[in-house]
Amino acid sequence: MATVRFERRIAAPVNTVWSVFCDPASIVQWFPGVTGVTVDGSQRVITLRSGIQMPEEILTVDPLIHRFQYRVTSALYRMHLGTIDAIELGPVDTLCIYSTTAEPHVMALVIGGGTYGALKEIERLALELVDQGV
Amino acid sequence: MGRKILFITTDQQRYDTLACNGGVLSRTPVADGLAAQGVRYNRCQPTSVVCMPSRSSMLTGQFPSRHGVWMNGVALAPDAPSVAAELHDAGYKTALIGKAHFEPFLDPFGLFIENQLASLQLPTIDDAWPNGRRGPHRGFDHLEFATHGAVGPLHYAKWLFATHPEMVGEYFAPLDGELNVSAVGGGDSGAPQVKLNSIPREWYHTDWVAERTIAWLKSLSSDDDWFCWMSFPDPHHPWDPPASEISRVPWRDVDLPENYPESAEQRESLLDQKARHWRAWYDGRVVSNYEAPAKWVPATLTANQVREVNALNAVEVELIDEAVGRVLSEVDALGWTNDLDVFFTTDHGELQGDFGLLFKGPYHVDALMRLPLIWRPAPVAQVTPAVVDAPVNLVSLASTFMSIAGLATPSWVEGTALPVSNDDARERHFEASITEWDSALFGVDVHVRTVVTSQYLYSEYQRGTMHDGTEGELYVLADDPLQRVNRFDDPALASARSELSERLRTHMTRENQCLELAPVVAPV
Repeated sequence: MATVRFERRIAAPVNTVWSVFCDPASIVQWFPGVTGVTVDGSQRVITLRSGIQMPEEILTVDPLIHRFQYRVTSALYRMHLGTIDAIELGPVDTLCIYSTTAEPHVMALVIGGGTYGALKEIERLALELVDQGV
Repeated sequence: MGRKILFITTDQQRYDTLACNGGVLSRTPVADGLAAQGVRYNRCQPTSVVCMPSRSSMLTGQFPSRHGVWMNGVALAPDAPSVAAELHDAGYKTALIGKAHFEPFLDPFGLFIENQLASLQLPTIDDAWPNGRRGPHRGFDHLEFATHGAVGPLHYAKWLFATHPEMVGEYFAPLDGELNVSAVGGGDSGAPQVKLNSIPREWYHTDWVAERTIAWLKSLSSDDDWFCWMSFPDPHHPWDPPASEISRVPWRDVDLPENYPESAEQRESLLDQKARHWRAWYDGRVVSNYEAPAKWVPATLTANQVREVNALNAVEVELIDEAVGRVLSEVDALGWTNDLDVFFTTDHGELQGDFGLLFKGPYHVDALMRLPLIWRPAPVAQVTPAVVDAPVNLVSLASTFMSIAGLATPSWVEGTALPVSNDDARERHFEASITEWDSALFGVDVHVRTVVTSQYLYSEYQRGTMHDGTEGELYVLADDPLQRVNRFDDPALASARSELSERLRTHMTRENQCLELAPVVAPV
C-alpha cells in the first residue's frame, strides 16, 4: 500500500473551495483528463481521455469537515481510497489536500499523479468564484 | 546551405559495448567507422543515469537541477528550452523519431502531449516556446514515437497493431499486472526481462526507427538544412531481440564481465564498501527507484543469466549499428554526406552484471556513467580525427549543435560545446563532469552528486531515508578502473576529497537552479 499526496494553499474561503468539488458529478470540470462522468446514487463512473472507464463508489461527502472520499472499484486495484480535504486556515485561506492511497502501490502514483493538476484546477475555479463574489 | 545534424541516441548502452571502445561481443563497424573518421570520447558522462532527466538535458543543455526533471515521472515543462527550437528558428527542418521520453509514458488521463500526438497521429502541434512565442512542440516539425516493445499509444505500437497485430504479444511485457517493472524471467537462463521474440527483424522497432528516419529524410528538399534526432529504444531492457538474430552471439560462449564477481562472498564484500543502499538493494531489502523490478532480488542473479543478458544486449547493439549504416547510406545517396555531422551516444548505461547487479539506479559507477559518444564532424569542416580523454558530459550536446549551425549559445545553456581534441579540452578547461541523482518514491528518497575527473570518481550522498548525509564513495580511476575499492575515508586522499567536494559545492550553489521540485506525476 502506498500514498501519494499533493496539497495547495488557496486564497479563497473554505466553503468556496468546498463548493468546487463537493458534487460527485463536478469532477469532469476540475480533474484534467476526465472527459465524462455518470453518477447513480453512490456509484460514479468516470471516463478518462485515454478511453478507460473507471467505476467508483462515493464514500464520504461531509460539508462540516469539508471532506470528499471515494474509492475506485475497478479490479485493477486491491484497495483504493481517494480523499480531498479542504481545511480552513483563515477567512480567505484554505489548505486543500488530495490524497490517493492504493494497493498495488504503483497504482497510487498512476492515478494520484493526476491529482496534482486537479488541485490546480480546483484553485483556478475557486478563485474565479471569489472574483465573481460568490 | 549549412551543415546538417544526425543525432543518434540509443537507450541504456554501456561504453564497452562498442568495438571501438574495446567491446568484444558486438560487431559495430558503422560506429567504429564514424569514430575513426571523427572524435571518440573516452569519458562521456550523463547528467543523470535514468532516461527522462538525461534526455531532457540533451534537449535543453541544462542539468536536471535546472531543467527540473529530477527523476523519471516528472514531465519536462512544454515551454522548457530546446535546442530543436533554436535550430528550427534558424531555418532547420527538425525531427525526432523513436524514443523521446521528455514526458511520462504511463498516462491514463491523457495529460501529456507526446502521448496525445501519437494517439491523434499528428506530426506536431503549436505549443509554447521558452521565449514566449508559439511554435512546433519543443521545436520539432515532425515527431514519431517508439519505446520498448509495442505498448501504449505511441506510433510504433499503433503501426504494429494495425499491420501485424499477431506480433504485438511477441514482445516481453515490460510492466507486470501491478504496473511494476516486470521481474518475469525467460530465455534459457530465466533472466529477468528476457524473452524469445519471433517478430521478423524488419518489423522490430530498431528497423522501424531507421525506416521512418529514412522516410522523413526523403521528404526534405536537397537544399534543406536539417536536424534529426534518431532515437533507438534498444538496448534497454527488455532483452527480446528478434529470435532470428540471436545466433549472432551464442550466450553460452559469452565470457562473464570483468566486473562480475563470481562468488557471492566477493560480491558482498565489494558492495559492503559502498554506500548502504547498494547492499540493501542486492539483498532485496530496499528498491529505491522504479526503474528496477520491484519483485526481483539482485542476489538471485546467476552467472548464466548475466551471460544471456549480455549476449542479447550485444545482438541489439549490432542491429542498431546496421540500422545506422542503412540510414547513412541513404543520406549518402541523397548527397548530404559532406555536410553531415553525425553524433552517436546514449542516455545512460546499464549495470549488466557489474557487482552482481542488473538494470540501473543510484549507483554512480562506470557501468551507468561511462557512455559511448562519437562525433563525426561534417567532412567539410575538416576536423582532424581524435580521441578525447578529458571528461565531457551530454549537457554539452545542445551547445555543440548550435555551434555547428553557427548560432550563438543562449544564456540558458549550461554546457559548453564539446572539445574536438585533448588540446582543445585542456584549453577550454574540460576538467570535471557532474552527474546528479534525486529520487523520492513510496517513502524512500536518495540524493547523490558525483564528479568525475581524469583521476577520480567521487560521490556524495545527501541526507535521505537511506543515508545520513555523511556517506560517499571515492575511486582512484587509474589504480581501480572497476571502482571496487572505496577510498572515501582514506586519509591519504583527504586533500583530493576536499577538492572534489568543493567542485560539487560549486555545482550545487550555481545560479538559476529550480528552487521548487516539480511533482512526480507518474512512475515513468
